[in-house]
Amino acid sequence: MIARILAIAWAELRIQTRNRWLASATALMLLFALALTFAGSAPTGTLGVDLLTVAVASMTTLAVYLAPFLALMIAFDAIAGEAERGTLGLVLTYPLSRAEMILGKFCAHLAVLAIAIVIGLGAAGVAAALAGGAGAESLIALARLIATSILLGACFLALGYGASALSGTSAGAAGLAVGLWLVLVVLYDLGLLGALVMDDGGTFTRDIFPWLLALNPADAFRLWNVAGAPQVALVSGMAGAGAALPVWAPPLSLIAWPVVALAAARVAFGRVEP
Amino acid sequence: MTADGQVALALEGLSKRYRRDEVLSDISLCVAPGERVALLGHNGAGKSTLIKLVLGLTRPSAGRIDVAGHAPGSAAARAATAYLPEQVAFHRALSGREQLSTFARLAGEPVRRVAPLLERVGLSDAADRRIGTYSKGMRQRLGLAQALLGRRRVALLDEPTSGLDPISRHDLYAVIDEMAANGTALLIASHALTELEARTDRIAILRKGKLVADDSLTNLARAAALPTRIRLLAREGAAQAVQAELGGTCVNGRSVELECTTEQKMAQLARISRLGEAVRDVDMAPPSLEDLYRHYCGEGRT
Repeated sequence: MIARILAIAWAELRIQTRNRWLASATALMLLFALALTFAGSAPTGTLGVDLLTVAVASMTTLAVYLAPFLALMIAFDAIAGEAERGTLGLVLTYPLSRAEMILGKFCAHLAVLAIAIVIGLGAAGVAAALAGGAGAESLIALARLIATSILLGACFLALGYGASALSGTSAGAAGLAVGLWLVLVVLYDLGLLGALVMDDGGTFTRDIFPWLLALNPADAFRLWNVAGAPQVALVSGMAGAGAALPVWAPPLSLIAWPVVALAAARVAFGRVEP
Repeated sequence: MTADGQVALALEGLSKRYRRDEVLSDISLCVAPGERVALLGHNGAGKSTLIKLVLGLTRPSAGRIDVAGHAPGSAAARAATAYLPEQVAFHRALSGREQLSTFARLAGEPVRRVAPLLERVGLSDAADRRIGTYSKGMRQRLGLAQALLGRRRVALLDEPTSGLDPISRHDLYAVIDEMAANGTALLIASHALTELEARTDRIAILRKGKLVADDSLTNLARAAALPTRIRLLAREGAAQAVQAELGGTCVNGRSVELECTTEQKMAQLARISRLGEAVRDVDMAPPSLEDLYRHYCGEGRT
């Protein structure tokens, strides 16, 4: 089983490096992280924290948008593209289960994403530390940011496979992936914000809203990073919502999402007839 | 079934319906180890559906399939089955060697088997080029190479000659014969009877989802009793007289076309030679593979 997963991962990693996804994802991540780090360095003096803390806060906001986007861009073609090109039928006649095929692709795609995130966020963090200083706490915050960004990416990779399996065509899968991104990363928060305004500090705001936040992987990612570092929370202004939740809720959500989404993708893939 | 009762691939009462359309109905077919069976039929006759069923990519509505003693789609059945799709496609970004190595790993074969296989299908020089740069014939050869991986007991080849030049086609016959000699049961799907199918041991013909023929080429030809066509070129002005004597139809004023059964052939030739000077040339066409295929696929009979 491991050998077959590795065989798929090995081939997929080659494909990803050949079509330059690895290079472009890394470049994109690096570019945005560096730009944000230095554009966002202004409040250092006023808040009394080192530059790396500010950089981690800015990069948290960046990673919420960019990590899911990159993950979906890599993942949406995984099944629909193979079905469309006609490569799926032959591969599935080999003694390879559909779960093994998804896991193999997942390993390769996660490696690509992890490389892009570690290099992009890591380089920006190192640059910020060199330019404006860093403490032990801000270094841990950076490490946490990198690890959680990879987890967030893993979650959206799995969601991308689900979209890919559900829509028979590559174009349909791309549309579904963009829709997923919009709903989970942008519209979900807007909806919650609207509900908060309507509720005006009632039970919804106190008891339900924090849990709804934790339920969304993108918000769970934010909460986890904020809860772990009070100084980051100070800079990003997200301390209030996280305080009402138990500490384990956001990490549990972010770790459970990829597992559940992978299982769902496997079920959706089972309905594909090549 | 062969005398010793060995069967590599067995279909029994197989039916497949998509909603209300019956694509295959009550198909029973066996292929013994080392046997080469051509599966013929028009586009849409159900050949691809039958292959998908054997591969386990789709489930039958009724009936039973046995692939080398296993259920279709099970890991053991897939390990025992080689498949060459009609439009064989690979990842454009991978090289031929990388693609074949991936298949070898999936099949549990050592990767060192890959280089000799590429050599065998004549792709050694192009092995490290990207598949995106391959011609259709080269992709077909790579498809053949992956079908040769491992010790497969059943091979399903879907239109293996499409896109191949005559030399490649000759190589394909050699590969097919080699697989049969190694004991692989071969099912070769095609939409017309060509010289390749004529070199198989048995011909099975599908027509609108039903199996209308399943026998050797010789037996099928005898059962069909198709006429031999004789075409005479008459001396100028003599065509009418020749037609009056022998019957048949007059074509463009100079030729006469006759049909006769295999048994009548010699007698007919004797009558023609008695006409002497009036006939300048004679052409004889025994029933072609094409005619035979047409006969069993329903064209010219209701």
